[in-house]
Amino acid sequence: MLESAETQVDAEKIAATVAIEDLGDEVYEKRGLGVLAWIGIGWLVFIIGIALLAPVLPLKNPMIGDYLHPNASVFSPGHILGSDASGRDVLSRVIWGARASLLLAICSVALGTLIGGFLGLLAGFRGRATDSVLSGFTNILLAFPQLVLALTLVSVFAPLRTASNGNAPPAHEWGHRLLVVILAVGIVSVPILARITRASALSWTQREFVMAARAQGAADKRVMFREVLPNVLPAMLSIALLGVAIVLVLEGALAVFGVSIQEPNPSWGNMIFSQLSDLSASPAVWIVPSILIFVTVLALNYLGDVVRSRFDVRESVL
Amino acid sequence: MIRRKKTTFPGTERFADAPLDGPLLEVDEVKTQFKTERGLVHAVDGVSFTLERGKTIGIVGESGCGKSVLSRSIMGLLPTNVVRHGSIKFEGHEIGHAKAAEMRPFWGTQMAMVFQDPMTSLNPVMRIGSQITESLRVHFDVTKEYADETAVALLVSVGIPEAERRMQEYPHQLSGGMRQRVMLAIALACGPKLLFADEPTTALDVTVQAQILDLLQQQQRERFMAMVLVTHDLGVVAGRTDDIAVMYAGRVVERAPTRSLFEHTRHPYTEALLKSIPKLAMPSHARLDAIAGRPPDLVKPPSGCKFAARCPYAQPKCLTDEPPLDDPDQPGHSYRCFFPVGSQAGRDALTRNLAAGETATGLPVRKEGEAVLTGVTG
Repeated sequence: MLESAETQVDAEKIAATVAIEDLGDEVYEKRGLGVLAWIGIGWLVFIIGIALLAPVLPLKNPMIGDYLHPNASVFSPGHILGSDASGRDVLSRVIWGARASLLLAICSVALGTLIGGFLGLLAGFRGRATDSVLSGFTNILLAFPQLVLALTLVSVFAPLRTASNGNAPPAHEWGHRLLVVILAVGIVSVPILARITRASALSWTQREFVMAARAQGAADKRVMFREVLPNVLPAMLSIALLGVAIVLVLEGALAVFGVSIQEPNPSWGNMIFSQLSDLSASPAVWIVPSILIFVTVLALNYLGDVVRSRFDVRESVL
Repeated sequence: MIRRKKTTFPGTERFADAPLDGPLLEVDEVKTQFKTERGLVHAVDGVSFTLERGKTIGIVGESGCGKSVLSRSIMGLLPTNVVRHGSIKFEGHEIGHAKAAEMRPFWGTQMAMVFQDPMTSLNPVMRIGSQITESLRVHFDVTKEYADETAVALLVSVGIPEAERRMQEYPHQLSGGMRQRVMLAIALACGPKLLFADEPTTALDVTVQAQILDLLQQQQRERFMAMVLVTHDLGVVAGRTDDIAVMYAGRVVERAPTRSLFEHTRHPYTEALLKSIPKLAMPSHARLDAIAGRPPDLVKPPSGCKFAARCPYAQPKCLTDEPPLDDPDQPGHSYRCFFPVGSQAGRDALTRNLAAGETATGLPVRKEGEAVLTGVTG
């Protein structure tokens, strides 16, 4: 890969000296993404598609147990991936859990990217006092241990339900809890995205084309959104992809403390946690979501790297 | 039909009754200083000139002499750690201390700039077309279709083939020369009266340089713009400007009509710049005359003549007194030197230095005023 990049650079140089005035398009061949990246994209599309289609797929109810077959083993009839101690179907729970986990991860990172990205862009672009204030703010947020901050926010805004009758909490309550977790994790991710965006915006703002845009009479707001932001987006996207991966893992950690999606609603995190006391009873219950987290995080990390190298987001910017 | 957008700044309304006589630009004793940790950097130190409509002035000097800072001072494109003195009048309006918000209505419509490196002065992720129409849509209340048509016409006028297709392309798809043409189209979009070209060809391949310079000149004439051409290369401005100001250490050391400057060079620095240009008549592998030493520290500029330390004519007087910018020989041809090139005083000074083997500053000299290069040779 490196070699082909070099030969391309050489080709550009040669073309630049030979045909100075008019370069053909063929010199700038589009680089492919590579097989691994397509596998990653394929996996994400698959998992998100399955999660979206959960209501229409022929699945058992993920919250109602089949008391005739508790702790069913993998490939047993009716329970392809087995069942848990209450006889709930693992396949169904893992797909409904994907819905919750991915919704949480994507929405919270989107929120963090929106807020953090805007603050970072503003800080990097405006510099001076604006930068000092905003950077101070993000540094303070970063100084909090992230897990503790998320835990605190969730506990304050959505206290644990004490009722343990096994019934699903009312739908609105499930939504409320999810919303609070999204907000909490979103706030936690704000300073990280703000920092990355600020660094990138800072370096792009000093580029000559920004000065050229100003010299043509463009106002600050226009320069910031039209000139700087499009150049900063790849860095933001790259970090956002990693962020989704981190939040998927973080959700598991929150589940350990019981502040993620609440039982009996499934999420990948609380499925793993539910079996922590007895790992060997029905291993599929924690192994399947673990594998899903692993593969999804891997795909996201890899795609983040692809975005970064493709758009030349340098390490120094990070 | 182009209608002007209303702006909050009253500046633009004034252009309606702007006087059509009188110089377009009057620069008077402009000083631009930067506050740094080392102290105040005197980047531009008392520069004055006037520029008539439709005329061209060349600002020449080596790197760090303040020529780019001067053009940015006039445009008001300066960082925040700047200290500004002096007066700049554009069509009679004082803009020497205007804030960015006050200058914005001027930028693009009244004055525009072509930057040095077309590789970095175009936005890599924006289509060529959008980059040209951007300022049209900022300043004028025009439809997208009208702006696009104007942009295509601009691209054609700066000599870009297949302009329609280029509109949809990104900067990386164009060569350096093409990008500089696009930069020029962007600068011309809103019909400025004053165009700054800041080393417009330095980053380009030599074979394209002449094309771009000819294009600049052609556009400047067709549009009756005034132009400030900033360069380190006297060869670039020869034959393309009406006047030339040679700058050294933030000051104008010689200012004259182009012809007079080349025919009756007065300042030793101008002479040294001319000598450093390779000529076709030279034998191959002939050593070029470099100017010994480096420009002075602009935080603590030396007393006396700023060029004395590198000047083969330097006398004791040059170290203590600074020569004024004056035109004793020909009106309009001013220079800052006690021992000008081509005068009896200058010849005597050089003879004395050659006899002594060194100048008053200790710079070794031998034959014909050539400074001996010490240290690395070849």
